[in-house]
Amino acid sequence: MLCKLTYKNELRPGLFNFIIDCPQIAAKAKPGQFLHVLCGGSAYLRRPISICAAVEGRFVRFIFEVRGKGTAELAKAQAGQMLDILGPLGNGFDTALPGGGKPLLVGGGIGIFPLLMLAKKLPQKPDIMLGFRDEQSAVMIREFSNAADDIFIASDDGSIGFKGFVTDILKSKIASGAKYSRIYTCGPLPMMRIAADTAKENGIDCQVSMEERMGCGVGACVACACAMTDGSKKRVCKDGPVFSGAEVDFDG
Amino acid sequence: MADLKVNIAGVEWKNPVTTGSGTFGFGREYAEYFDLSELGAVCLKALSAKPRLGNKSPRIAETNDGILNSVGLQNPGAEHFLENELDWLRKFDTKLIANLCGSTVEDYVEVAEILGDKLDMLELNISCPNVKVGGMAFGTDPKMVEEVTSKVKAAAKSPLIVKLSPNVTDIAEIAKAAEAGGADALSLINTLLGMKIDIKTRRPVLNNNTGGLSGPAIMPVAVRMVHQVRQAVKLPIIGMGGIASGEDAIEFLLAGADAVAVGTAGIVDPYAWIKVRNGINDYLDQNGYKSVKEIVGKLELN
Ligand SMILES: Cc1cc2nc3c(=O)[nH]c(=O)nc-3n(C[C@H](O)[C@H](O)[C@H](O)COP(=O)(O)OP(=O)(O)OC[C@H]3O[C@@H](n4cnc5c(N)ncnc54)[C@H](O)[C@@H]3O)c2cc1C
Ligand SMILES: Cc1cc2nc3c(=O)[nH]c(=O)nc-3n(C[C@H](O)[C@H](O)[C@H](O)COP(=O)(O)O)c2cc1C
Ligand code: FES
Repeated sequence: MLCKLTYKNELRPGLFNFIIDCPQIAAKAKPGQFLHVLCGGSAYLRRPISICAAVEGRFVRFIFEVRGKGTAELAKAQAGQMLDILGPLGNGFDTALPGGGKPLLVGGGIGIFPLLMLAKKLPQKPDIMLGFRDEQSAVMIREFSNAADDIFIASDDGSIGFKGFVTDILKSKIASGAKYSRIYTCGPLPMMRIAADTAKENGIDCQVSMEERMGCGVGACVACACAMTDGSKKRVCKDGPVFSGAEVDFDG
Repeated sequence: MADLKVNIAGVEWKNPVTTGSGTFGFGREYAEYFDLSELGAVCLKALSAKPRLGNKSPRIAETNDGILNSVGLQNPGAEHFLENELDWLRKFDTKLIANLCGSTVEDYVEVAEILGDKLDMLELNISCPNVKVGGMAFGTDPKMVEEVTSKVKAAAKSPLIVKLSPNVTDIAEIAKAAEAGGADALSLINTLLGMKIDIKTRRPVLNNNTGGLSGPAIMPVAVRMVHQVRQAVKLPIIGMGGIASGEDAIEFLLAGADAVAVGTAGIVDPYAWIKVRNGINDYLDQNGYKSVKEIVGKLELN
């Protein structure tokens, strides 16, 4: 589908905020779903990028970091240009919290973006824990703060917030008696693994958003397989990207 | 509107476009994008007698104008397919082709027996580079090709297409072996064995190290092979490898293919199959041909 890029800015060097005009996607988008974006240039495959917000049933926002040739090409797009995008794709997070109770969001690096939309769509304001490399890479703290009941920041070098891993904050909060109804996590695999393990050890439900290299993005080519603890394989693009933390085989 | 009908081994397709096995699943996903009845045939992803999990991820890598995949024939097994997918697929007015995979000759025969006469055509995949046993090992030795073709042909209750591997020195020799074994049609090409290295980690991108190359990058190789096979055998040919437009498909038809399959282009653009079909029609109309059959094999060599 061709969507007009209506607004573009650079949040920090190499991190781009795009807003596209696309009512068909905006009307359907759920937190945790993603777009499959044709980047142009010599990048042959599409690139999966999470939906960060859907505004007024018309605009869709996504944020991406330049990593390789596709994202570098996409970063060159100018406002007014048409982008070829499929979406919304994937299952998205389960936002229903039938038992009530406060949810917790744990995000790291480029995994934080889908959590912003999730925080706003949950029936109860969550606590949010975000991990960054350093102060420079820490973005959108104010937006997350507004959507959070309580917010906690960690950075690898301690230049902002707690020095260490975001999962260290998670463990100490739980050890000190914090009660959460569900943990939602998106970010680097080691971080999600610790979050999922911590959830399991404490009997907390957990949803993880997995990343895998994709082809079609719609469930047909089975390139994006993720191993499950029951020995089966599921498609990150169609059955996921969100899975139950207990269901994913992190060694698979 | 030109006459797009083609006849492949006695099975009439309403147009010469089908899907590359493994790129289209069992059709459910792309049915959300277009009506599967628009295609001449739908070639389904590989089926084995028992379910297969395939290889570890990453199983896809981007290359210049193409992709490498090492999916490894993940599928739920032929019986599961019959129980859960076939009735739904039969709602569409298109021919259905099953793609058969296995590790031994007996495996292939077993899949053919399980499927019986429930599909319109069977495609024997003796050319998958992503499995340790079977697959391409069968497709690169003429004696094995003849043997597996004749045994599966004896069990098959629908016309049998043999899918050839490009990872051989002499494709014509392999095509003749399939013909001798009793193939009703040939399809080519499957993927070319390749490797993509991540220079930051100094490791192959694919967990399997190597994978099968497909997409526009392989098209000239595929066209050349279709041309060579056309000279060698009389069987109908389904040509594929990198087709992304009507013009691409016309090259294959001129080289001698009776029909074409589109795979990787559809992975990038869900409408690629329809675009190719429409593009073939446009070419025929613009050049005054009444039927697609008029251009098959009409290549003139220099
Ligand atoms: C469901 C999902 C949601 C995502 N959401 C975001 C987001 O909101 N913001 C963001 O910045 N990034 C996000 N990513 C990661 C993003 O897709 C990759 O950074 C991007 O594909 C890299 O492409 P490239 O052209 O920069 O790199 P290249 O190295 O040129 O990419 C080569 C190939 O590898 C694939 N690839 C490389 N790294 C990754 C990766 N980490 N995950 C999946 N495929 C990869 C590419 O898609 C491409 O096919 C998401 C990934 C997934 C799976
Ligand atoms: C992800 C993927 C999976 C494939 N799986 C199969 C398969 O199961 N059986 C088969 O015979 N060919 C398989 N192929 C090969 C294609 O059917 C086709 O022969 C090849 O990709 C060349 O055509 P293309 O460039 O249009 O994709 C697969 C190709 C891809 C890209
Ligand atoms: S990317 Fe094709 S099935 Fe997930």
